[in-house]
Amino acid sequence: MTHIQLSIFLENKKGRLYDVCSFLGKQGINIRALTVAESDNFGVLRIVVKDPHHAAVVLKENGFVVHETEVVAVEVDDKPGGLSKVLEAISKHNINVEYMYGFVEPAIKKAMMIFRFDDPAKAVNALKEDKVRVVSKKDLGDL
Amino acid sequence: MIWNEPVECASSTKIKDIQSRYLKKLVSNLWKNSPVYRSKLNAYGIKPAQIKSIDDIKRLPFTVKDDLRDSYPFGLFTNFDKTAEIHVSSGTTGNPTVVGYTKEDIKLWSEVIARSLACSGAEPGDMIQVAYGYGLFTGGLGLHYGALEMGLKVIPTSSGQTKRQLKLMTDFKPRILACTPSYALFMLDEARALGMDPRKSSWEIGVFGAEPWSESMRHQIEHSWNMLATDIYGLSEIIGPGVAQECTHKIGLHLQWDVFFPEVIDPKTGKEVKEGERGELVITTLTKQGIPLLRYRTRDIVTITYDKCQCGRTTPRISKILGRTDDMLIIRGINVFPSQIEYVLLKIEGTLPHYLLVVDRKNNLDILEVWVEVDEKMFSDEIKQLRAFENQIKKEIENVLGIDVLVKLVEPKTIERSEGKAKRVIDKRKI
Repeated sequence: MTHIQLSIFLENKKGRLYDVCSFLGKQGINIRALTVAESDNFGVLRIVVKDPHHAAVVLKENGFVVHETEVVAVEVDDKPGGLSKVLEAISKHNINVEYMYGFVEPAIKKAMMIFRFDDPAKAVNALKEDKVRVVSKKDLGDL
Repeated sequence: MIWNEPVECASSTKIKDIQSRYLKKLVSNLWKNSPVYRSKLNAYGIKPAQIKSIDDIKRLPFTVKDDLRDSYPFGLFTNFDKTAEIHVSSGTTGNPTVVGYTKEDIKLWSEVIARSLACSGAEPGDMIQVAYGYGLFTGGLGLHYGALEMGLKVIPTSSGQTKRQLKLMTDFKPRILACTPSYALFMLDEARALGMDPRKSSWEIGVFGAEPWSESMRHQIEHSWNMLATDIYGLSEIIGPGVAQECTHKIGLHLQWDVFFPEVIDPKTGKEVKEGERGELVITTLTKQGIPLLRYRTRDIVTITYDKCQCGRTTPRISKILGRTDDMLIIRGINVFPSQIEYVLLKIEGTLPHYLLVVDRKNNLDILEVWVEVDEKMFSDEIKQLRAFENQIKKEIENVLGIDVLVKLVEPKTIERSEGKAKRVIDKRKI
């Protein structure tokens, strides 16, 4: 029930984000979700795509530094308090969140959150126990 | 004034006698007390009895920085029990270079610095501000000892804290300033920012060294501070500052050849070059007790002249340092070898990543940036891990070098590859 997120190292210089995105576009790779984390001199682009292993291979072949990370996608009701319900479950089970980011799917009126936990397997079980809907690979891919 | 006229103005015959006597004593001392040198001499098939005059020095083996490293920490100390002081400078990799002084060596150091200060125009009773770093670095304490020897009033400000340096200068009115030339320029900006008129400073004489500097830097310092800027040369392996010093005529640095025997050689063949030709400066410490060195390869490129100077001194004069025979950089007066950074990266990474050293001078202060290409092994999706990695490199390099560095992670293939030897250094400083 976990997904592979790709993290790509970005030097802090003009046009680097464009370079990666346009490269992915040319390869026909659609970005489902994305976030950029930054430091003084560099950034990390984190993306969720349909076929991460294939994307990782082509990115690496083209000189990008790529890291594959296990993340969990969670469905959140697109209404006030939707996220807090999820966070409550996480906090109750004492699970650490390294970072998270979200995106909204207008077609199904749901918001999705991508979580990076220190222990994804434990997190999935805990979330299920609390009836939080963890998005399967198939569902995420089909969106 | 000339501090030690009988020596500094002696005829070359007289100096040769002194040097010959010292060399004989030095070689027999090393034979007796230094296992490292005894095996070196044996390898060259030389017995102390064969050394009869200073001309025989050419038969002796060279010493290189690696000899100091290989015998870390005290292997080249010939008289460890009598060690009075230990200083440390950077080594080429891993271990620092350790140098030891006996009480006699400290006396010698005081003597050559007193000669140097007098050479720059100082007079007994003058006040001197020593803004070289005090501590393991030889600059601060060396100038300190020599100034005491000469009977100067010493303000041991050490380096840094520029506002306080300027306040003490304004309030105490020292005539002499000793620091790195880039620090003299750095203080200039600070003085102007504080609304001071640098041309009205109390400093009349500067004794500047520990890094290469050009005539244009000299002009800027002299003009802006309204002072005489003289160059002092030395290296900790030999004694620290005080090996050579410019007189007020500023036409070469007078080298104290009665105690530090100079040769200028072709670095490739090891043969002496003609007088006035560029070559590597090689020095034998004729009287040192702690770590005497035979024919030490300084890696500094100079020219030498044996003509008598207008000041009356007969000591030979070396040019300003014209370059290096190795890849050593001098950053804020501190010696830095790319191999030291390589050593740190290798230790952290297991394999050597591509790296580049970018040196620049901003506001008259040297800045060292270390660019490291990120690879999959070190890369993480978490910023905090990457920053921790960056920080680890920074801390460990700073531990080895003793100066601040900026570490920058860059994408693969950012650093230019060239055929053969990789380009490891970009020095943007306009000295």
